[in-house]
Amino acid sequence: MREKHIGLGIFTFLVFVFLLGPLVIISVTSFEQGTVLRFPPESFSLEWYKNIFEVSGFLETFKVSIYLSLAGNLLALLIGIPAAYALNRFDFKGKALLEGIFVSPIIIPGIVLGFTFLRFFITYYQLPIYAGLFIGHTVIMLPFIIRVVSSSLANFDFSIEEAAVSLGASRIGTFFKVVLPNIKSGIIAGVLIAFLESFNNVDISVFMTGPGVSTLPIEMLTYVQNYFDPTIAALSVVLMVITALFMFFVERLLGLSYFTKR
Amino acid sequence: MSLFTLQDVTVAYQKQAILQDFNLSIGEGELVSLLGPSGCGKTTTLRLIAGFLQSKEGKFLFREKDYTKVPVNKRNFGFVFQNYALFPHMTVFDNVAFGLRQRKVSKASIKDRVLRVLDIVSLRGFEERFPAALSGGQKQRVAIARALVIEPDLLLFDEPLSNLDANLRVNMRVEIRRIQQELGITTVYVSHDQEECFSISDKVAIMNKGIIEQLSDPATIYRQPKTKFVADFIGFKNFIQFDRRRQESDGIAATVQGITLTVQQQDNAGGLVGAIRPDDLRLYPLDAAPMTVENAVQGKVLISTYLGRSYQYEVQTSIGQFTVNDDAGAAPLANGQDVVLEIPKKQIVLVD
Repeated sequence: MREKHIGLGIFTFLVFVFLLGPLVIISVTSFEQGTVLRFPPESFSLEWYKNIFEVSGFLETFKVSIYLSLAGNLLALLIGIPAAYALNRFDFKGKALLEGIFVSPIIIPGIVLGFTFLRFFITYYQLPIYAGLFIGHTVIMLPFIIRVVSSSLANFDFSIEEAAVSLGASRIGTFFKVVLPNIKSGIIAGVLIAFLESFNNVDISVFMTGPGVSTLPIEMLTYVQNYFDPTIAALSVVLMVITALFMFFVERLLGLSYFTKR
Repeated sequence: MSLFTLQDVTVAYQKQAILQDFNLSIGEGELVSLLGPSGCGKTTTLRLIAGFLQSKEGKFLFREKDYTKVPVNKRNFGFVFQNYALFPHMTVFDNVAFGLRQRKVSKASIKDRVLRVLDIVSLRGFEERFPAALSGGQKQRVAIARALVIEPDLLLFDEPLSNLDANLRVNMRVEIRRIQQELGITTVYVSHDQEECFSISDKVAIMNKGIIEQLSDPATIYRQPKTKFVADFIGFKNFIQFDRRRQESDGIAATVQGITLTVQQQDNAGGLVGAIRPDDLRLYPLDAAPMTVENAVQGKVLISTYLGRSYQYEVQTSIGQFTVNDDAGAAPLANGQDVVLEIPKKQIVLVD
């Protein structure tokens, strides 16, 4: 049984136009040959894709962003997995409060968080720029790790853990042999999502970057302030493709409904 | 000689005592069931024996050694969980081999022992399957194999059959009993299903509110419950609260509200509650009662319910209300009919 609603069809179409339209326009204009962003483009070239690699800042800050995401992810995992485990495994006083604190970086506006970090890490404690960035990014990644790993653990039957212990495994051994393998996909998905969150982050980084040290999104922001050529469009397409690939893997691992449900 | 003993054990959860001064002793090679309604402490007792729970007071002695503080993974007990608790990321073989790998058994020996135990539970050929590809009964067999392969000093079952359908449950309990007897492993078995416990156990402990009301072999419990709770739990639905009892030459004369019933001689020395099963009572229409009715009491039918095999009557008498199952052979009795209730003296059990 399939009913047709013309109104609904049009509405859906419009939603897609608004959602995908800008992406299409950016993608198309990135192939423009001229030095100004134009739509529709008047000629075709891969000139500006080449230019991405010629503008020295992009490659440099791309590396910074990658290292930052990887290092932050590692620390967020070391804190996040035990935290998620404790929140799901045990009942204790102040559990709800603790959960709230762990998720708060998602709720607090990034700009507030960014300013606070600037005030404390840089101005007050005089931390080096890299250290500040590292801590800041770990903080914004942590909630994603905890939430995704938590939802994996919510489906985990903890009597399996007791079974392992009753068969002679130590508590730590049990965690590595039985718990970890069963929440593996949740951990990988958490890492991918946290990675994107950090890699695309502007509002924290904009406060924490300083002379000579920048992340890719911040570098792009600076570039747009000075130039109008389609390099940014080309770079955006590259980043979109990377993001799409990431989401594809997450989807294959867990299904996107995993995140929209909660 | 007993294999293990729980001595004056107390377990509390959030300041509420679940077990208080609890005692239990089980002999080598026995299969003992803990039976009782939910919340009676049977699972707590089992988890205490396994070591998942710590007692606040008291001692757990195993082969005369103090096991109270020995952690779970050093006890060498096999535990079979209600929900099987198989490792979902491991094959049947790896699931069963898990305990042996923790014990650093050699590879060849692991293979040997796993295959042998899979033979015992009739799962040879399923080694490479993952738990998700097994039926409920097969999962339970894997769980049993996994507990058996470590050659445990004690085997513990926590309601292992409650997730299986009725037919399978009967097959599995026969299987469990067979394996247990073949290997001679001392076993503690928790269930809330009376038939299940009676059919597989050497002894049954009926538990209520954290204490054992009676620990005996199934036939004794069935015939001679000690307390009113046990009697009620195993199907004695009728209770007569006697005022006093007197020893006579041919039995006990028990009196309630001026009516004296004869009760057959029995072990219970002081119990004043008479328990009778609905099946053991007889009903006659008042005008057609034979002369030889034992312990006749007059009454009136309140409700009659057709059960297929028999009729169930609620009968009001001067000494209380009775539930009677009477076969449907004769013409059924009508609501409000005057009747004579026969309480055969052999069927009355005096309980505390």
